Order: sequence, then C-alpha cells, then structure tokens
Amino acid sequence: MFEYKILRLVKEMKYTIKKDPHQDERVQEIIEISGQNIFLCYQCGRCSSGCPMAEFMDVLPSQVFMFLQEGDVDTLLNAKTPWICAACFTCTVRCPVGLDLAAVMEAIRELQLRKNYDYIDPYKVEERNILPPIALVSNFRKFTP
Amino acid sequence: MSLKKIMFYPGCTLKGVAKNLEDSTLATARELGYEFVELPDWTCCGAVYGLAQDSVKFTIANVRNLIKAQKYSEEIGDNRLVAVCSMCYNNLRRAHLDVMKNRDKLHTLNIFMDEEPDYRGEINVQHYLQFLKGYGFDRIAEKVKKPLKGLKVAPYYGCLLLRPEEVAIDDREDPHILEDLLEILGAEVVDYPLKNECCGSYHTVDKREFVAERTYKLVSIAREVDADVISTSCPLCFFNLDRRQEIAAVRHKGFKKMPILYFTQLMALAFGLNGNEVLHLEQHYVSPKEVLAPWL
Amino acid sequence: MAMKRIGVFICHCGRNIAGSVDVKRVAEEIGNREDVVLSTTYIFMCSEPGQKLIEESIKKYNLDGVVVANCSPTLHEKTMRNAAARAGLNPYRVEIANIREWAAWPHEDNPEAATRKAIRIINATIEKLKANASLEPIEVPVTRRALVIGGGVSGIQAALDLADAGIETILVEKEPSIGGNMFRLSETFPTLDCPQCILTPKMNDVAQHPNIKLYAYSEVESVEGYMGNFKVRIKKKSTFVDWDKCTGCGECLRVCPISVKSEYDLGMGERKAIYIVNEQAVPLKALIDENSCIRLQFEKKVREGKIKPKKAVKICSKCADVCEPNAIHFKNNEEIVEEEVGAIIVATGFEVMPAESFPELGGKYPDVLTALQFERLLAPSGPTAGVPRRPSDGKVPESIAFIHCVGSRDPQNGVPYCSRICCMYTIKQAILVKHALPNTAVYDFYIDIRSNGKGYEEFYHRAKEEYGVNFIRGKVSKVYKVGDKYRVQGVDTLTGRIIEVDVDMVILATAAKGSTGVKELAKKLRIPYDEWGWLKETHLKLRPLETPVGGVFIAGAAQFVKDITDSVSQGSGAVAKAMALLSKPQLEKDPLLARVDTEICAGCGRCKDQCAYGAINIDPVRHVAVVNEALCEGCGACSANCPTTAIQVVNFKKGQIIRAVDVLAEVF
Repeated sequence: MFEYKILRLVKEMKYTIKKDPHQDERVQEIIEISGQNIFLCYQCGRCSSGCPMAEFMDVLPSQVFMFLQEGDVDTLLNAKTPWICAACFTCTVRCPVGLDLAAVMEAIRELQLRKNYDYIDPYKVEERNILPPIALVSNFRKFTP
Repeated sequence: MSLKKIMFYPGCTLKGVAKNLEDSTLATARELGYEFVELPDWTCCGAVYGLAQDSVKFTIANVRNLIKAQKYSEEIGDNRLVAVCSMCYNNLRRAHLDVMKNRDKLHTLNIFMDEEPDYRGEINVQHYLQFLKGYGFDRIAEKVKKPLKGLKVAPYYGCLLLRPEEVAIDDREDPHILEDLLEILGAEVVDYPLKNECCGSYHTVDKREFVAERTYKLVSIAREVDADVISTSCPLCFFNLDRRQEIAAVRHKGFKKMPILYFTQLMALAFGLNGNEVLHLEQHYVSPKEVLAPWL
Repeated sequence: MAMKRIGVFICHCGRNIAGSVDVKRVAEEIGNREDVVLSTTYIFMCSEPGQKLIEESIKKYNLDGVVVANCSPTLHEKTMRNAAARAGLNPYRVEIANIREWAAWPHEDNPEAATRKAIRIINATIEKLKANASLEPIEVPVTRRALVIGGGVSGIQAALDLADAGIETILVEKEPSIGGNMFRLSETFPTLDCPQCILTPKMNDVAQHPNIKLYAYSEVESVEGYMGNFKVRIKKKSTFVDWDKCTGCGECLRVCPISVKSEYDLGMGERKAIYIVNEQAVPLKALIDENSCIRLQFEKKVREGKIKPKKAVKICSKCADVCEPNAIHFKNNEEIVEEEVGAIIVATGFEVMPAESFPELGGKYPDVLTALQFERLLAPSGPTAGVPRRPSDGKVPESIAFIHCVGSRDPQNGVPYCSRICCMYTIKQAILVKHALPNTAVYDFYIDIRSNGKGYEEFYHRAKEEYGVNFIRGKVSKVYKVGDKYRVQGVDTLTGRIIEVDVDMVILATAAKGSTGVKELAKKLRIPYDEWGWLKETHLKLRPLETPVGGVFIAGAAQFVKDITDSVSQGSGAVAKAMALLSKPQLEKDPLLARVDTEICAGCGRCKDQCAYGAINIDPVRHVAVVNEALCEGCGACSANCPTTAIQVVNFKKGQIIRAVDVLAEVF
C-alpha cells in the first residue's frame, strides 16, 4: 500500500470566505471534540519543525490550524496529514499557547471515523506474526471507528 | 529471604513479542528483593490514549484496570502499580490523572461500571525507572557484579515516557533518569540528541517505509555519536528501531545496523543474569550477541 | 462643631449620571434636610462654570460645608477642594459623593434603584462630612539631592540631566564600571554607531561632573525615609585595591598568573584575577576577584581554619610588586556609606536568559550562544577582535543560523511577552556578520519581523538588499550536533515545508528579563515588581516612570526591555519627574493622617505592628503611640486594630464612619 507521491493538498488557489469562521459549525465541532481553542494559534511553526512525521505529510501541522482558522474543514478532510500524525505530543508540549495539536488531529480524524469510515482495512495488514500487539491495537484505535 | 510483592502490569506485548522485556524486568526486580506479581485479571490498556474530549469510552478499560489494582493493593499492602511498557505506563497514568482532574468523568465511569467498586484514586502508577529511582540508584550499584564498562549506550526514551507534561518521568527536553541508571550499571553513556524523538509508532503497521526513515535517522545519529547500542523501554520503539532496520538498509546504501536493547536487559547483564531465559536474545532482529559478548 | 449650612452640588456629568439617576429628584430630597441650605444640580461640575458655582454659592449662602455628588474622588476631589479654598472655605470641609461609579454606571438598567442609591450615598456623605475638622496641609522639607541606581545608558543620562540642573547626584552601579549592556555592544541599530564611541563621552562626563558622586562596584543596602527625605545606605564592595591610589595603568594585569572567564565578555573571553573591566572603563580602576586570586583564597582558608601554616608562607604578590603607587593591599575594604537624598531613580536595566535554559535548541553546546554573548565576538574591542569565531575550535564559521523568539511569546514554556529588541538586534548581528565575513551564509529564522521604530523597517530592507541575509519564516524546534556542525530543524510556514540546514554556529535571541537582584532591591524600596523582574509603573499609559512610592521613579529597561533611544528618553523623563519634587523647598502633604489621643492610648503597640510605612513608634517614657506625620499615609490600618480607638485618622473618625454606614445600611 506504499510509496505514494506527496502531492500538494490545495488544488484551488482561491478560497472564498462565506461566513465568520468562528460561527462555522464544523470548526465548532472540532473545537468541541478536541477541547482546544484553535483560534489561539499564531502560526509560529514550532509544531511543524519538531514533528517527526512532517516530512511525510501533504500539509504542515501548523497549516492545518490556518485552514481551521479560515473555516475550511473540507480541504482538511481530504488531507493525508491527520492520518500521518503519530500522536507523539512533541507539538503539544512545545506549542507556546498550549494547544494540544494531537487532540485536534484526532478530532479531524473523528469527523470521518464517526461516520463509520475505515482508514485501514484490518484484513489487509501484513506481518501479523511479528508485529507487536500494541502496534495493531494503537493503529486500529486511531484509524478505525 | 522473602521478596516484597509489588503489583505489576505487563501489557499484552510483554507476553509474546517482548518476552525479553518481561523476563529481564522480573529477574532484575527479583535481584533487588521484589516479586513483581501480575495484576489479576488485567486487560489491555489500549496502547494509545483517546484524545476526544467529548467521549469517555476510551478511558473505561484503564479505569477498570485501576479499580482491579485498587482491590488487589489491599491484599498486597502496596499501592504502586509498576509498568515497564511505555505505552501501558502512559495510558494508565493518564487515565488516573484524567479522572482525578475531571471528577464528573470519574463519576460517570463509576456509575457505568457499577458492578465494580468505585475508583477512589488511590493507585500510584509508576514506570519501572521511577520505581528504581525510588529504590535508590546507589543501592542498585551494590548489585552490579559485571559493570558494563566499555559499552557505549545511547539512551532512548521515545515519546510516551516524557509526554504529555503530566505523565513525564523527567524533564522532557533534557531528561537524565535513564542516563543515571546506565552510568550506575557502569556503561558509557553517549550524548544522544534524539533521545526523546518519536520512532514512528503505529505507522509501522501500514506505512512501514515512513517508520524505516525514522529508524534510519535515529540509528544513524546514534552511530554519529559513537554508540554501540541503543537502549529503550517501549516494545513498539524496540520493534521500530530493531526490525525496521531491514527496510532502512534496503532504502539507504551503506546503512550499518545497530543492536537495540531494553534497559532492563542491560540491567540484567550488569547483575550477572545472562541466561537466555532472562534475555531472549533470539527475539532481536539485529543480534546483540557480538556487542554483548564480554558480559554473556 | 457640626456643620449646619451645607451646600450639595449634584453633577449631571452629561448623560453619565443624569442618564440613570434622576438628579432633579435627588436634589429635591436632599434639599429637605435641615442641615442643607442649598441643594442644586449642574451639568458639568468639573467645568469652569461649575467651579464658579461652588465659589459663588459658598459666599452667597455662607456655607460651612460642601458635598459634590459627581464621579470618583480620585478624579476631582482636589479640583473641588481648590475651588472651596479660593472662596475662603477650608478645603477639608469638602467631600465627594461618588454617584457615578457607585450608582449611575452599575445600575444603568434600573434608574429607580440608581436614584435611590444616589440619595443614600449623598446622605451618608453628609453624615460623614458634618464632623469634619478644618485642617492645614503638613509641610515636609526636601533634601535637594538625588540617587540614581544603575549606571547603564538610562542611569547615565538621568545622572547627567540631574547634575546639569544643579542637583547633587549619587550614581550607584553594581559592576566595576558604568556602561551597562550598551557598553558590551559592538554596534547599535539602526545607525550602526559604535556604542563605546557614543557612550564613553557621557561616561567620562559622569566621572568628571562636579555634581555627580559615582559609587562603582557598590550596591544599595537599605533605604529608609520618605519622599523628599530618603536615607540610603550604600555598600561599597571590597576591591582589595585602594582606588584612591590606583591609576588604572594596567601593569598588574600583565603579571597576574591566573586567568578566568570574564563576566564582561559573558564567558566569551578571559580576564585575570586582578582586573580592569576594559580600557574605557569608568572608573578605570583595578580590583581583585576573591574567588580566583590564589593569595586571597589562601588567606580565606587560613581565616576559616582549613589551612594551618606552621611558618609564614609567601603567597603570590606579583601584582603588588609591580604596582608603583602601592595601591594593592589585599585587605577587605568593604565599606558602608550613608547618603541623604530627596528622590531616587531606579535604572537597573535588563538581562537575557542564558542559552542553557533551552536544551532542545542546543543551549549546552559551546557554539550555541545568546545574542549578547555573540555581540562580544562581533565587537572590535572584544576577545576575537571583531571577527566572529566558534568558541569550540576558534574557526571562522562558514554558516550561521539566527533564531528569533527563543523563550519569548511563549505563555506555556517561557515568557508571554515579546522581548521587543530582538528582531532588530538579530538583523543587526546578521548584517555585522556579513560585514566581517562576506562569504559566510546567514540564515535568520523568524516568526514576525517587528521593526516599528524610526529607521527600523529600512534597516530590515538593507539586510535583504545590501547584505544578502536569508530570512526564513518559521520557529526552529530543535538544534543538535552532528559531527562538527549543528543541524537546525526548522520550518518554512510560507511555502509549507520542513527546512533543515547544517550550520557552524547558532545564535539564540533569548527572552529578556529584569536584572538579577532587582527583586531584592525593589523590596528595599517597597516598589512593586512582576514575576519576570520588571518594575511596575503607576500607570502603563499615563505614568510610566512613577511608582506608587512617592519620590521613587523608574527609567529605562528596568521598567520593561527597550532600545537605547527609549532608555535615554526615559532617563531624561524620570529626571523631569524628580525635578518637580526637588525644585520645591518644601513639600505639602495631605493632612488626612493618623492622630493619637494620648489620654486613651495605653501604648499596647498594635498600631505600630500594623503600620506598613513604619510611621508609628511607642514613646518609651510616656508609653503612648507617636505618629511620624511625614511617613504616615493615612491608610487607617492602625485605627482598625486599636482596641480603644485611641488612634484615628482625622476626618475619618469612628463616629463619622459609623453614622455614614448606618445611612448606607438602611433598608428601604
């Protein structure tokens, strides 16, 4: 299932803001699920520069917050980034305004998982005999509903 | 001499792929005068902590484990619950702190699990390193029979021992608890700058090339700073750092493999417990037999 | 004698009061009182016609007391009292009833309640007023001298301005030389002036000015007294050299065998155990560091009994041997001196956080430095003669990374504020590196460029246009050593990519904090400070140089980190404030102070224990409390604790308060 080319996430170069992102229901939903006020982010970039998985993502963790602050949840639902997050909390402990980015990534995943979406098909997993159980358990907990 | 009983939470992985971690932990604890008794009826901790704030379902399993520990602690007479797998430690400790801070969550869970007694927050979840520090590193020095002199070890913490802030066992950017222990064991600890960086975690299931890139980076830098082995605590880190070296070697010509060891195995070696029933060296992909020859 | 002819003036305050309070009805109700002969309203009592109304009414109706029902007394109590004084009524027979902040504004939604409350407040005020005594202000003499604490550019400016105005000024500096942080810099932004060149003339002026007494290598030990009359004890720290004889020739430095890291160079260079800060130091005197001089260490151990020499041992005296004026005596010459001053200006400057506080950015490595340390490597008079070199191996760097916002703008793990000067000094250092090493690659990792001073934005553009500095927007997360170089893990948030670069040196723009020791000094002066060591001003916008303690002013980076322009401006500004105090022969003090009825006082001392100003003493002979009116601030804490009400604040006697509270507590 591998070696995919990392393509730029944004296909359209113009995004029209239709209403105040603070009033957008899906942004509010993400805020509620994650318990984080995403509008605090001032785009310093520390999360991205410390993220161990950032070089494999299609949009930086800090950019995810900019999409949210503009009310654009749709683009994020097509992003690979939340599924590349390893929940290592390096971003969380370094964020100057104390945001738990891992929780926000989980919220974005949950928006799809709660609709019964399977990011990973457990039957297609290889190496079942050598993978440590915690790898399988954690993977399925993050990537299946 | 009778051994003091301490509640031990093994976690699912220790029973199979990480027998080397379990047996070396139990053996070293025994050497220090403790019998680590498995928590009766324990269930899987869940490996990762559920981060969604609007749902308590991910915390159930861990609180149930804590309730069982609470019951058992009355029998054993000690409220410490020791885990050596970093993920188990992180989950249990986070669950405990979460329900202690959010009492309404605790209330909901207690009501949901009404067939069990209420969790009163009495369990002290500890990682084995914290337990050893409580025992006293200088007392551990007395048990060292074969100091690991000349073995250059890169201490590797991974993520979950140090993050998030509330569960950290030491300073999260510059910890030294593992280094202190390794020095007591006589090893030469190298200054490993990536000691608190993530190994790639669960992506090893479906994106192993990404994990192999992380492995490449972590092992190469360890080689840059002149380490012989990397010492870790978490079975997932162990698997990623050890097994994924196979893919790393394919993707990067000239990559030199390095053996990975659990810190408990190093402890066992230093204590002179070098039998294979303790170390299970066959479970390692990159064999440490050559590097560890002087102590085997 | 209780008042019988009280005039009540109710202010509309435009719509501020009249919008919720029915002022006409209030005036009517109050006018029904027997002791009130005039009850009227006016739209703006604080205006000139409003004042005239008070003056004319006092004369016309022969008023013996006045209540003005308007806004908070902190705004216009003085205004109204002055008006009464002009009309011949003692100003302390005037009271303010605050019906704006207390009735109109909080109850905008309930005009009936607001009106009733206003009536009640005015009634209570009248009850209090009736027993007021006529009082005269107290006069306090002023010592026409000033103390400036801190000899950085702000303190130097303040001292010179005071001295030029004819005030005898004491300047106390804890380092062996004045000059502060500015003295360490290599060049200043945005003009690229040489700071030593522009500062040393001022430093020399300080040394030579007949009105300035300079205590270098000294600290303030204690401060007693009050505005206009401070008694300060200054500790002159031990130099082990007689500064009256020392000529600053520097021969002793040449022969001293001990070298240690220099504080002036922030660890980047070395000095001897006996040292002069540098050739431009003011005062240009040598001093010995007890902790590194082998002779002084030996003598210390002998004193402590750790070494017991059987015969007289000759320890090193190389410096004394070459000292022609015989100034080096190796004896502890610590001394306490006392000075009396009328005003104090605190200009203690700032410090930057050390690199070691940031282990994830490689703070422990020798080639990862703070900007201030790097400044010494850029300075032509510094340890590397102006060519930046790596402290680890002395090699000239081929690439340097600068990281902005290290510790700043970080409420979670650092300080929440922006340290103001770092963007500018980092751009400056980037330019200076290119001056010295045109082929070195310079990478500047920033989050925002804050260049909001005169000439600052143009300076930033020069860095890009003339000097080829690379600016990358994104905060660096980790720096670690790989072989000989430092790997910088950064990000470019604008193109959306992770940036990795290997460089030879990393310079961190660390957060600024108040100087070490400032909190202890602030406690001695009883001025407030915050958790980062910044001294707290009375009002951030309108009174940035004053403190709640009268006579103590703050200036420069001590209030909050700022650049040289602003520090100099504040130094002069604080002098203007101090001069307002010092140019009067006497100070007038409000007479609303504590007074003791010696017939009732038993000398129990509870009032003295409560007094935060140290204004009360128990007379050992008469065994009664005695109030020092110059120190007393009339807070009333003593009175609240007196078991017999022997000590009370005039015009705030127990009876007055109780009667006023009775009115306020009446339930309608």
